[in-house]
Amino acid sequence: MKKIKITPYKVIAAIVLTVLAFFFLFPLYWILTGSVKTAAVINDAVPQWFPLTPTMDNYERLFDNPAFLWLFNSVAMAVLSMVLTCVTASMAGYVLAKKRFVGRNVLFGIFICAMALPKQVILIPLLREMSFLNLHDSMWAVILPTVGWPFGVFLMKQFSENIPGELLEAAKIDGAGEVRTFTEIVLPIIKPGIGALAIFTFINCWNDYFLQLIMLNSRSKLTISLGIAKLQAEMSTDFGLIMAGAALAAIPIITVFLAFQKYFTKGITMGAVKG
Amino acid sequence: MKNWKKWMSLLLCAGMTAGLSACGGSGGDTGGGNSEGSSDGTQITLWTYPIGSWGDSATVDGIVAAFNEQYPDISVSVEYLDYTSGDDQVTAAIEAGTAPDIIMEGPERLVTTWGAAGKMVDLSDLWDDEALADISAVSEAVVNACRSSDGAYYEYPLCMNAHCMAINYEVFEEAGALQYIDEETRTWTTEDFGNALQALKDAGVETTGIVYCGGQGGDQGTRALARNLYGAQFTDADHTTWTMNSEEGIKGLQQLVDWDQAGLISHDAGLQAADELQLFANGTVAMSFAWNASNESNYAEQIDFTAYAMTFPSDDGVPELDGGIYGFGIFDNGNDAKIDAAKKFIEFVCDDETQGPESVIASGFFPVRSSFGNVYEGTDQEERMSVFNSMMPYLGDYYNVTPGWAEQRTAWWNMLQNIFNGNDVKESVDAYVETSSAATQAASGN
Amino acid sequence: MNKRMKPTGMQKVLIRRETLSAYLFLLPALIFFVGFVIVPMVICLVTSFFNYSMTEFAFVGFSNYMEMFQDKIFIRALMNTVLIVVVAVPVVTVFSLWVSSVIYKMNGALCSFFRCIFYLPVVTGTVAVTVVWKWMFNKYTGLFNYVLGSAGIIDSDVSWLGDEKTAIWCIILILLTTSVGQPIVLYVSALGNVDDSLIEAAQVDGATSRQVFWKIKWPQIMPTTLYILVITTINSFQCYALIQLLTSGGPNHSTETIMYYIYYQAFKLYRYGYGNAMGVILAIIIAVFSAIQFKVAGRKDE
Repeated sequence: MKKIKITPYKVIAAIVLTVLAFFFLFPLYWILTGSVKTAAVINDAVPQWFPLTPTMDNYERLFDNPAFLWLFNSVAMAVLSMVLTCVTASMAGYVLAKKRFVGRNVLFGIFICAMALPKQVILIPLLREMSFLNLHDSMWAVILPTVGWPFGVFLMKQFSENIPGELLEAAKIDGAGEVRTFTEIVLPIIKPGIGALAIFTFINCWNDYFLQLIMLNSRSKLTISLGIAKLQAEMSTDFGLIMAGAALAAIPIITVFLAFQKYFTKGITMGAVKG
Repeated sequence: MKNWKKWMSLLLCAGMTAGLSACGGSGGDTGGGNSEGSSDGTQITLWTYPIGSWGDSATVDGIVAAFNEQYPDISVSVEYLDYTSGDDQVTAAIEAGTAPDIIMEGPERLVTTWGAAGKMVDLSDLWDDEALADISAVSEAVVNACRSSDGAYYEYPLCMNAHCMAINYEVFEEAGALQYIDEETRTWTTEDFGNALQALKDAGVETTGIVYCGGQGGDQGTRALARNLYGAQFTDADHTTWTMNSEEGIKGLQQLVDWDQAGLISHDAGLQAADELQLFANGTVAMSFAWNASNESNYAEQIDFTAYAMTFPSDDGVPELDGGIYGFGIFDNGNDAKIDAAKKFIEFVCDDETQGPESVIASGFFPVRSSFGNVYEGTDQEERMSVFNSMMPYLGDYYNVTPGWAEQRTAWWNMLQNIFNGNDVKESVDAYVETSSAATQAASGN
Repeated sequence: MNKRMKPTGMQKVLIRRETLSAYLFLLPALIFFVGFVIVPMVICLVTSFFNYSMTEFAFVGFSNYMEMFQDKIFIRALMNTVLIVVVAVPVVTVFSLWVSSVIYKMNGALCSFFRCIFYLPVVTGTVAVTVVWKWMFNKYTGLFNYVLGSAGIIDSDVSWLGDEKTAIWCIILILLTTSVGQPIVLYVSALGNVDDSLIEAAQVDGATSRQVFWKIKWPQIMPTTLYILVITTINSFQCYALIQLLTSGGPNHSTETIMYYIYYQAFKLYRYGYGNAMGVILAIIIAVFSAIQFKVAGRKDE
């Protein structure tokens, strides 16, 4: 154990940090408490710091909408994107990092450049494509472009750089085929990276409000993000109802995040650092 | 650690299953909805904007059920749009080729936007002589609004209303401001209005009214307010030129700015009509500029004062209200069977002797057909609706069909923000007219 | 790998085999990437030279690009976007580096606690976070006016999102809270991986903690910094949902970003060609920014 000196800087830093933490935590607190406040309390200019007269009314109205279905759609969409991205990106990232083949540098360059392009501008062509594939207004219309996004490949290439070349050579000498080398040697090494990519993809897909908005119409196929945005109707601003929707959207994903957070941060440790 | 992996894989499995089942469900029909049951029947889709209870599935399901009693072979699936993202979804659906068969909204979208883009079916056959005569008897303006410049009808109207404003009766009473309104006709002059604002202010009302300009939501209210103060016209009679830069228009806008600077009225570039209505319902502001019959019933539960509907103040005391004309249009998806089925649905909903009036009541507005008479007679809404009915004669020109409408709307609220920020009113309005005119030219040029 | 010999026949076969197997591995990713990114991207680039709308499709050469630079709102949007990037990227980087340098030495539980807190806005979801901020910024029922009013900092209620002077800063503030989570996680890991023996050696030599930071830690976390800079830049440029849900680009275009303006042109006015042209320009700008960052920050990495 190192001994830790307490300096004035550290005390100030700790105080500032605590204040900041409060600042970051507060919106979530406000969502949760707002969701159980009555309309009168919410619309009062004097805020009620703690809901003194909690009500489930907002949730009741929320569930007049198929909110659980929306939540399920969001989860299904994010999980499928996550699985497909992890599979395709880990394979591609591995060969881009470890194989010398014709066109490698060009290809990687294209992957990198594509990351800079704002997704929104390709939406109209994407719409046409989805229509051609008869997939518009289905969750695949959101999943396929998400999986195609080159960020995953980029990230997995960074992780795969860490694979020692000698291990791969040894496997080759042992007569292991490409597939076996990948599943038995590469995968275990880059597993933490896959964990990180999984969470990134999940969150990105979950938050990709615009893609969802454009690709999905049917009430039964909406995601929870779209659902909340829809609750902000033209002729009313029902913050209680919206907070209930936000709470429903936030709680499951936060729970999953807290459960996985160790795994997640450990994954990142190994990858990005080695750049 | 082991445990987490198990959970993870479980989660993945669940996701996979969900995905596969969803894929199976969406592979065949992109329109969605109840495909089983009517194997040789026609399926059509209807998208509605929240026009009264037409945005509410319980009501619309009832209407569809009534329709299916008569036409069991046609199945109708319904999706509900909202005004925030609805247009984007329709744009996306048009580009993706998954546009609905029927859409419910007003002429500015059906005729001016999608009709002009050649996406809609001409509904001239629904507009037979009987319908034409019946609707003309109520308002020639409705007929004109539903007809495009090339003579095709892209909308078949169901109902109409007049957008008005509302005041908090008790607050006015307490401030002694009731003397400035004519309770008989629910009208007031610009001078009365100014006096009322002063009275409210003197009585300690912090925020009298808010000219909201944070977006296009409910902009008919700010248009009507600015227009009526000195009797300006929003466009010329042919709907080709924007005219708020007229002397009357500038005077009206200048008046709003003067009141704002004197603290008699407020402006807020962070609010749209929805926010303003909420503040009115809370009792925070003493008046709302985004009122109508449907909003009154929507907010009835939340309001514990008398929301007293008024027309907009005008220099001569005779306002010209902005209208809403709501009805149906059909997207041309190239399938004649669906187009026919869609027409049957529209005819049933709008023209059927028993369903027609019911459909109107669902909207919370008034029929476009004179033969329907007073659809609220004998209902518990009769008294409430008679107030709004009495305002219908004040309905002004339906200028919303002017080409370039969508761009004009954005330019409008930006112009309001500009003038309230202290920029010269004339310059700002000229710039707004210039932007809008350019859009009009671009839109009618092709 | 730097041997530049003429490949013999045997090596040629090997290279061919390597290439083949490499592409088989790449195939799944390439299908998605080419199908749903490259193809639409090419279409986007091509149609940016067309007058492409719901009804029209005609070649117009560079006229979309020329129009863009005479479009005052586009210029305004460009300035706003650059402002957001220029403020957000350094602040996010410095802030997360500072937070990380404070928390990475704390004991495990405390460190995870803070890391989670700062990551919360990311996992709460953009839309959920945005709507709660919208409420807190509300002029009449929001928290900010109440708190600042009670504290005597402001005299009268402020319309935070409705005032040209404050709106964009509100947007940037929300953007910051949702952007620092990932950099903090990355920096904590990076700092934790810095070789302790080097630090100890430097301390023995009498280096101050500032010297230790700049001479030893900073170079080692450079790749992480570079990565954070690039990712934050891309995200800040593409800020969209916040604008749509909070201000629609107002007041008076003060929060108009290129991304929002593209959306407005394409989805409200159906000017797809024009929107695509702006998208191409935006992509070029992002690429230039990223390249600069690579050049400046990545030099030592090469």
